[in-house]
This record gives sequence, structure tokens and C-alpha cells, in this order.
Amino acid sequence: MVATSSSVGSGAAGAAIFADSESRKYRYFEPRAKRATHYEDVTVDVQPDPERYLIQDWIISFPDGRGAYEKNFTKAQSSNWHAFRAPDQEWERTHYQRQSRIEVMVQAVIANGRKSGAQMAFDAAWGKTLQKHLGAWKHAEFGLGCALMQAQRGGYTQMINNATLTNSSYKLRLSQDITLYLAEIGMDIAGWDDEAGKTGWLEDPMWQGTREAVETIMGTEDYLEQYFAINLVFEPLVGELFRSGFLMQFGAANNDFMTPSVIAAAEGDYERNLANAIDLIWLLTHDEKFGAQNRTLFQSWAQKHSALADKAARQLQPIWSKPHSKPVSFEEARAVSEERFAKILGEVSLSR
Amino acid sequence: MSTLTLNKITAQKGISVADATRKCADLGWNPSYVREAMTYPSDYKITKAPRDPMKQVLRSYFSMQEEKDNRVYGALDAALRGDMFRNVEPRWVEWMKLFLAIIPFPEISAARSMAMVSRLAPGEDLRTGFTMQMVDEFRHSTIQMNLKKWYMENYIDPAGFDITEEAFGKCYATTIGRQFGEGFITGDAMTSACMYLTVVAETAFTNTLFVAMPSEAARNGDYALPTVFLSVQSDESRHIGNGHSLMMAALKEPENHLLIERDMKYAFWQNHAIVDAAIGTFIEYGTTDRDKNKESYAEMWHRWVYEDYYRTYMLPMEKYGIKIHHDDVTLAWERITKKNYVHKIGQFFAVGWPVNFWRIEAQTEKDFEWFEHKYPGWYAEFGDFWKWYAKLSKPGQKVITFNEEVGYVYPHRCWSSLVPCVIREDMVVGELNGQLHTFAHEIDRWTAVEAFADEFQGRPTPAMGRFSGKREWETLYDGVDLADAIVDLNFVRSDGKTLIPQPHLRFDDKDMWTLDHVRGHTLGSPLNALRGMDEATRKAHLADYAKGFTINPCN
Repeated sequence: MVATSSSVGSGAAGAAIFADSESRKYRYFEPRAKRATHYEDVTVDVQPDPERYLIQDWIISFPDGRGAYEKNFTKAQSSNWHAFRAPDQEWERTHYQRQSRIEVMVQAVIANGRKSGAQMAFDAAWGKTLQKHLGAWKHAEFGLGCALMQAQRGGYTQMINNATLTNSSYKLRLSQDITLYLAEIGMDIAGWDDEAGKTGWLEDPMWQGTREAVETIMGTEDYLEQYFAINLVFEPLVGELFRSGFLMQFGAANNDFMTPSVIAAAEGDYERNLANAIDLIWLLTHDEKFGAQNRTLFQSWAQKHSALADKAARQLQPIWSKPHSKPVSFEEARAVSEERFAKILGEVSLSR
Repeated sequence: MSTLTLNKITAQKGISVADATRKCADLGWNPSYVREAMTYPSDYKITKAPRDPMKQVLRSYFSMQEEKDNRVYGALDAALRGDMFRNVEPRWVEWMKLFLAIIPFPEISAARSMAMVSRLAPGEDLRTGFTMQMVDEFRHSTIQMNLKKWYMENYIDPAGFDITEEAFGKCYATTIGRQFGEGFITGDAMTSACMYLTVVAETAFTNTLFVAMPSEAARNGDYALPTVFLSVQSDESRHIGNGHSLMMAALKEPENHLLIERDMKYAFWQNHAIVDAAIGTFIEYGTTDRDKNKESYAEMWHRWVYEDYYRTYMLPMEKYGIKIHHDDVTLAWERITKKNYVHKIGQFFAVGWPVNFWRIEAQTEKDFEWFEHKYPGWYAEFGDFWKWYAKLSKPGQKVITFNEEVGYVYPHRCWSSLVPCVIREDMVVGELNGQLHTFAHEIDRWTAVEAFADEFQGRPTPAMGRFSGKREWETLYDGVDLADAIVDLNFVRSDGKTLIPQPHLRFDDKDMWTLDHVRGHTLGSPLNALRGMDEATRKAHLADYAKGFTINPCN
């Protein structure tokens, strides 16, 4: 078959030479580097902006007159919201590849661990600790995932919202990974109570500070405050403290190689989300026009959410004494967490 | 004796799908320290938790999607190795410049809208469904952007693809796609993100979008688009399940019934107006395949929208006490079959070619025969128009948009759907905020004036959205020279003079229109003109408009 509607008998590139017959790059945005990345090509400007190309402005508004996306959905300000590019360069294909690989890895760890009877070798106190406290923690991850799902509606550009969306996807995957992990090892452990985690989350004093911090983030209307509070404050002060400072450190010492493997994926997730968040916040704190007021704003967010996160972390302290084998003390883990938090704030020119 | 397999040897008892789903749904709780923000309110009240119809968890979702992606990207590679573009029909690919400029925004808007529906109802049974839809829509948006980039890199004329998202924000045709996409994310959360998006757009119209259209692509040598869009469509059943479940939860509250009726009416009519205008045109006018045995768009509409959606989805709602607007469905069907809605839109796109960003080729004798076979009477109404179009496709001719010899009269724009009022006798004029507006149909007037308001039939509806912005595209260039408007739109190739749009498929500089060829014609806003008339003139103008126009014979 030969193309019939073409004057040159082909629809292929190069079949004819004429004006712009070799214009084979998107030419409506400035790439961050010399050449646009694949991520930029499939992301930039998909969410339009009346200040760029949306010449009719938003054509449906909320009853208060606000359009689909407005700069005042956050208190932060920017001279150029479009400057941000997510360092993880995530688009759909890379997202599915990564998530899928993690799920395969997690399921293999659980299946092979169960086959070898690894869960039966857990120290008894460790098993109880997982049942109640890892069981409680899954709700924290879920709450943060829900908050981020809310936040991905609000950003002024596609790049901001997509980075928030993938962050939400990672959190919600983790919450389900933990849920199913506990349910599956619980099938093999006599007397396992799969409801203990949720009861602990809702009622145990050790978890009420964490729940308050998470609910505060969930109740925040400013999308950027949610994104900031999760990645720059809650995660280093509570998330990593519990995941890296407790679960990852204590697992092996209590005959458990599965839990650290399941949780390790989350630490990988966080490194990516943190890089995205730091890059965005850095741009805003170094904005020529609005940098100073953004720093004041972010400082207030850091104070508000770190007060809650500090309280949450302190309340978690007793968990460090539950297992029989205690390779790291709470204070040691907390010191690492504090140092990490200070470093993160320093990256974006903020301080404790 | 059964055969031993590795699976049988290594199998271990796992958690059941039902159990896994139940446990994941139980991740939620009622916050007691701080209430969740209702950033996106609704006038609906939902007190019953919706049920999850899909019973899938993320563990199996991600690997399933990765596998689907692998097939899509493998097929794209194979298409290049098979030299697909040598045999592809440019008439078809040109329309993809419009379609793929539009569709990634509605897709990503659907992802954003999950933020809006996820807090409307109690319980977290649907959270996994909303999460999967959010990531699905992110998939659709970026996979479509990738497809477009692929066309740009491999198709004979990349101009138009190369400015795609800029063109989306500016073009007089993409404005209807923006109405569609913004409809998912703005205003009452339930109206936009559930009723307009999932209950109507996805359930009723994605089959024409993502199934019927890919079939036509394949007939035109393009098997990349079907690969991508059938993969996209395979995600839609999840979304349809989300929408249905949430709507069923809303149905349980009698006070929601009036709002459901309003939204079904608005959403069905506007989806018809927008989707049928766009997809109908792509399928009927973007194809070179004139096999008389294939279904026309009207026949596909009957199968997908009338039989599948109206009869099996909408009608059963009556047993829950919801009034279904049967007449609207019949009206939409008659607009397509008796009033030539799609053909009049195709004609409008062709008339406006200089402010497009793709090429539109004239229909030919072979096309005429097919149209007449499928739509008896078509030739009498449209045959001469397309002959004129072919005749005026050579640079140096007077551009068809302004050529009085043709007899075409540029239409008014519908303030509601933003599709032009091409069925002239149906146009109505109404007042909104003290100003005159034109509407393609009485239902469009009802939508803008009565549905998108702070009160509906005596019931306060404070969350409902409003129509806003510079809705009539033509007002932006009222009194501006056509060439200057095209420069402002940036629909000019990088030599600074050759237009991106062309009314033909001749890939040779000597046949290409430049700014000089279109200079000297002044664009006008039909709405501004109407508002500027005294009452008697306006009355006469409207009576004349309703009579329509006659295309002069083209010899």
C-alpha cells in the first residue's frame, strides 16, 4: 500500500523537504539543559497557564471566581513557577517500571521468607512489636499518601503536580505493602492479631503524636505546605526515624531479614521525593523577588510541623525498648534524625 | 493424576483478593485531631460509604500496567522497523495534531480530579480505585505526549506537533477541548469529577474516543494510535467502576436526586456536543478509507452511546427514582443523523483552516460517494462546499474564510459548549449577567444560565462552578488582520512566513500558503457584532441566521 493522500507517496520523515520539515523538537518551552529530556517533553506545559499560552484564560471558575489553577492555591510565591523540573525525571513509564520492580521484590522477599520459615524465627517480642507498631505505622503512610493525593491537584504547573502525584503513589503503595506483608506473615504466626496495628494507631498514646502530625498535614489546604511538611519535616523527624532508625536497624538483630527489605524500598522512594522537594523549595527560597518572604513562610511551616513531629518522635521512644535485642538506642536514632533534618533545612537555606 | 508444575510445588497459602482489598480499605480512619480539609466542596451530601467494585490492590496493579506499557512501547518500536510512516495516510495524521494537542490535558485533569472525589464520601473502600485512576490518568497524559513526540519525530510534516501545547492554549478549535478538560476539575467536586468525568465522559464517550477512533487510525496505516489508545481504554473500566460506585452512594440520599438529574442532563449534552464534534470529524473527515461496509460515526454512536450507555446504564437509573432525559438522547441522535452535526463541524474546521495548526485536505469524489451512501442527502448540502475548498486550496486564491463567492456564513459560538452554533435553526440567544449570549441549543442555554448558577430550581447550589474567561475565541481577534492574528498565535513556520496550517497535503514550498497570502482580511467577533446591533437589526439578523446559508455552485 502506498500512501494515497500524500503528494509525495509517503508519510515518512524526509520524504520531502519544505519549510519546517525538519522541525522535530518541541519548541514552546526552554529545556533546563541544552536538550530537552524525555521527561520534559512529556510533561512541560501540559497544564496550561494564562500567563503563557492560555489566551482565553480559564473558562470555568469556582464560585469564588478562582480558575482551575491559581497561584494563590499556596501562600508561597514565585517569579517563575515553570522553572521547576523534578530531579527524578519521572513520567509514566519510569514510574510503573520502578513501582513494579519494588512490588516484585517485596513479594519475592515475603514469599521466600515465608517458605524458609523466617517469620517463625522472629524473636517473640519483635513479632509483637511488628504486629502493633509497624501495624500502626502503615496508617501514617496511608494518611500521607492521601494528603499528597489531595496536594497533586493544587500546584501551578504540571511538573509540581506530577512530582506530588508520584509521591502519593509511592506512599500509598508502601501502606499497602506493609498491610499485606503483615497479613501474610500473620497467617503463619500463632495468635497474630492483624487489628492490633489500627487499634494502636487510634488509641495507643505512643502513636497519638504521630497521628496528630499526620492529621494536621491532611487537614492543611495549602498544597505546598502539605508537600513541604511531609518531605522536609515529617519524613526526617518521624518517617526515617521509625523506618531507618528502628525497623531497619532492629530487624536483623531480632532474626528478621524480611521487614528491613520491605521497608528499604520506602527509603529509596524517599530519597527521590526528597530530591524533588528540595529542588522545588530551593528555587522558591532563592527566588530573586520572593525568596525572602518565602523563607519566612517556610520557616513558619517548619516550626509548626516540626513541633508536631518532635512531639510525635518523643512519644515513639518507648518502642525502642520493646524488642529484646536493641542495637541502637532511641537517642542515637534521634540524633541521626536531627542531623538529617538540620541538613535538609540547610539545603534550602532554612534552619531549625 | 495431575501434572506437577513448579507453581504447584512452590505454592503457599496467601491472602485472598477479597481479604487484601478489605484490609487495604481499612487503612483509613476518621481524623479526630484535625478535620480533613474540604478544599473542593460539593452540594451533594453522601453519607453511605461507596463500595469498591474492582477488588484490586496496588501490588498487582503496577506490574499489570508495566506489562501493558511494554507492549505499547514494543509496538511503537516495531512500527518504526516496519516503516509505518511510509504507508501512513497524512490526511489522518494531520488531524492527530489537533486531537493529541487536546487530549493530554483532559487526561491529567482526570488525575487531578481524584483529589476532589476522594474526600466526598465516608470510608476508604474506593481509595485504591481512586489511586489507580490517578496514576492511570498520569499514564494516559504522558503516554499520549510520548506518542505525539513520536509522530513529530517520524512523520513527514512535524509542524504543528512541534508547538502542540502552545497551540492547545491558543487555537480556536482546541477551546472545546479546554471546556471538556476544565469541566473535570472546576466547580462542584461531584458534578465535575464524578458526574461529568466518570459517569458520562468515561462511561458513555470513551468508546467512541478510544475504540472507534483507533479503528479508523488502523484503516489509515496508523497502528501506533490503536496500540496506545486501546491500552488507555483498558484502564477505563476501573474509572467507570469508581464513578458508578460513587454515584450509587449519592443516589441513596433523596436530596441528591435533583442534582444528579441536573448533572446527567448537563454532562450528557455537553459531552455529546464536544466529543461528537471532535471525534466525529476525525473519523469521518480524517480518513481515506471509504469502505461502504464499515460503520459510519453515526452507526458507531448508536452502538456505543445509544445501545451501550443509554439503554444499559442511564435507563436503569430510573428504578432509583432518577428522571432520565430521554428526549436529550433522541435530540443528540437526530442532530447527528438528521441535522448533519458532524458534517457541519467538519465544514467549520475547514473554513477556519488559517487559524488552525494542522493541514486539512479537501474531500474528493471518492469521499463524496461514501458520504452520500452513509448520509443520504449529504452531497446536496456539502458537495459544492468541498469543491470550493479544493479550488481555493492553492495559494493566491482568496481564503475560503472570507470568500463571498462560496456562500458560507461564519457561525456564532455557543457560550456553553464553545462549539459553534452550526445547526443554525437551533441557536438561541439568552441573557447571562445582563449580557447577551448565543447558545447552540436551548439545552446549552439551560446549562449556562440555569445549571451553572448558585441556585437550581429553588435549591441553593453554592459549590457549582461558573462559566468564565474570554469564552468566545473570536473576541480575542475582533478587528485584527488575519495575518497579524496568525503571527500572534505563532502558527507560522520558522522561516517567519509560511503558515503551519495548509488547506492541502502538498509537501512543497511552492504550494504552501504564507502570511502574504492571507493578509488583508479582518477577523470579527459574531458575538460583539450581535451585541452592537439595535434590536430590530438583531431580530432580523437572528431570523436570517436561523434560515442558514446556501453554498453557491462551484464550477
